[in-house]
Amino acid sequence: MDCEGTPPGRAPLGAASPHVRKRPEAKATDSTVAITSPADGARTAPGGPPPPRRLPLPPLIAALAAGLLLSLACGVAMGYSGLTWGAVFGYLRAGLTGGTIAPDEVSAYTIVWELRFPRALLAAIVGAGLSAIGVAVQAMVRNALADPFVLGISSGAAVGANAVLIFGALGALGVWALSAAAFAAALAAMALVYAAARTPQGLTPLRLVLTGTAMYYGFSAISTLMVFSSDRAEAARSAMMWLLGSLGGASWDSVPIAAGAVLAGLAHLAFSARRLNALAMGDETAAALGVDAGRLRKQLFVTAAGVTGAVVAVSGAIGFVGLMVPHITRMLVGADHRRVLAVAPLLGAVLLVWVDIISRVLLAPVELPIGVITAVVGVPCFVLLMRRRGYTFGGA
Amino acid sequence: MRVDVEDLSVAIAGARIVEDITVRADSGQLVGLVGPNGSGKSTLLRCVYRALRPAAGTVRLDGADLHAMDVREGARALAALPQESVNEFDFTAAEVVAMGRLPHQKAVARATAADAAACAAALARVGADHLADRGFLTLSGGEKQRVLIARALAQESRVLVLDEPTNHLDIAQQLEVLSLVRGSGLTVLAALHDLNLAAGHCDVLYVIAGGRIVASGPPHEVLTPELLAEVFGVRAHRVPHPESGAPQLLFDRLPAATTTPAAP
Repeated sequence: MDCEGTPPGRAPLGAASPHVRKRPEAKATDSTVAITSPADGARTAPGGPPPPRRLPLPPLIAALAAGLLLSLACGVAMGYSGLTWGAVFGYLRAGLTGGTIAPDEVSAYTIVWELRFPRALLAAIVGAGLSAIGVAVQAMVRNALADPFVLGISSGAAVGANAVLIFGALGALGVWALSAAAFAAALAAMALVYAAARTPQGLTPLRLVLTGTAMYYGFSAISTLMVFSSDRAEAARSAMMWLLGSLGGASWDSVPIAAGAVLAGLAHLAFSARRLNALAMGDETAAALGVDAGRLRKQLFVTAAGVTGAVVAVSGAIGFVGLMVPHITRMLVGADHRRVLAVAPLLGAVLLVWVDIISRVLLAPVELPIGVITAVVGVPCFVLLMRRRGYTFGGA
Repeated sequence: MRVDVEDLSVAIAGARIVEDITVRADSGQLVGLVGPNGSGKSTLLRCVYRALRPAAGTVRLDGADLHAMDVREGARALAALPQESVNEFDFTAAEVVAMGRLPHQKAVARATAADAAACAAALARVGADHLADRGFLTLSGGEKQRVLIARALAQESRVLVLDEPTNHLDIAQQLEVLSLVRGSGLTVLAALHDLNLAAGHCDVLYVIAGGRIVASGPPHEVLTPELLAEVFGVRAHRVPHPESGAPQLLFDRLPAATTTPAAP
């Protein structure tokens, strides 16, 4: 944004202002000094562009929470099998309360309770996690383009997940193997990016983004190579899943680990929200405000790796959510991370539940990769919002 | 609060940027650092607000080693306006000022009445309360600087460090910023570019060249034509201000003969 908002005819600042109060005669002391207000003249002038629009937080959060419940319900009810809403909610109640169902309803019940419900929940968890990590990473590298992908975290995690799925690595860990491998690989990927981007002067955001982007291509290539070198017949399909994301493998088994990691990540970010504000203002300012930028960045690295690893393990590499949702959130509620981190996860959860519904319904019975839908829905929406006046992340 | 920078040295990537610098600012003094670009002013100040660790030497606040303090405790004692320009996140001016409360706040607790009062008082003191709801990035250079000073005041520290606070400001804004700082009652350490501005506002000046202090003292004893020729490579004249009589410096290029090496 430019600085042309002040009208040329404003009153001059400082001593020339006709409204300047008399300085008190008493000698100024530490706490009671009165500074002649230089703005008395300027204050009467119209104050440039209007203040940015900020939605009030409590109603917005309430609306999003209600929207999330509604979206989850739609996620469970909508699908290719042609089940009625009444039947779907009957099965849901049966599943939630331990009720009974007739024997001929078992397959329909399985669709609702074992497939659609955990899948909708996972969509919400993944959306919340990716959005929150997007917020953290953008603040961390102070770059509008940053998301877990740009730093190579997602593609690194996918390499770990593939190692488990294709080569059976970490078999001893059972259900934890996939998440553990994805987390370890995400952390290793970040350590690699960190080490490669580091200079004696420290870690600059630009170098981080450049290194991360390069690593992203490297890790994606490794993933693709692993998939195609395996003897699984559906290798190509699986590669699509890892590169574009899918919730097709969702089951109750995958919910607890993903939910736990995302909730822990959200808690850490909420705890760090004020320090994220300081970090967004720059490392020097952060230091002046008593925030150790280097240490905070390391903590964020671990949180980002943990959440991204857990999310990638259940959904593959879903792009665009971590990039877009933080921006949309800032447009709605401003840049203060306490507000952004309260809204972005809910928004991301709602968005991804709907994206998953569309991916299942649009070309049913064929299921589209989620990354395709996030891009199709996200790009126009994002461009429209960016074009709107008043949004200034990135100086636009 | 007194600030003592003692025998401070800074090395970046093995190169000594600042060498054995000792600077003292007594309580309530406005101490200026002047010197050509690249002389080490910013590096020295970065050590003082702890964006850098010195290779040797200490920074003491009333005798206590700043770098040994908890970072939050240090930030409650010393606030700073780094030379960093934020051009990404669309914070409002009020949100920027509220960041000054960070060293006083718990991580998750809501802002207290004391926080709100400190922010409101700080905005009022710099005459920027009408800017509170404006986007920080939409403000003019002078308005931004006022808001950043308000952030530092909201920090309720007793020392303020400023790295070229008048950069990119028009002359009225420069004078305004310095009078705000001057009237804050804090101990101030500021790197300044404009020598007349520095001489007119500072109690004590330190001249830095090549990472070392080459002169210090009351401004008009320090800024002699000889020193200005040596450090800044300019020819300076001192003339009295027609009204106040305060010495003013006028600058020319040095005569070519003294700057070009003699032909072999």
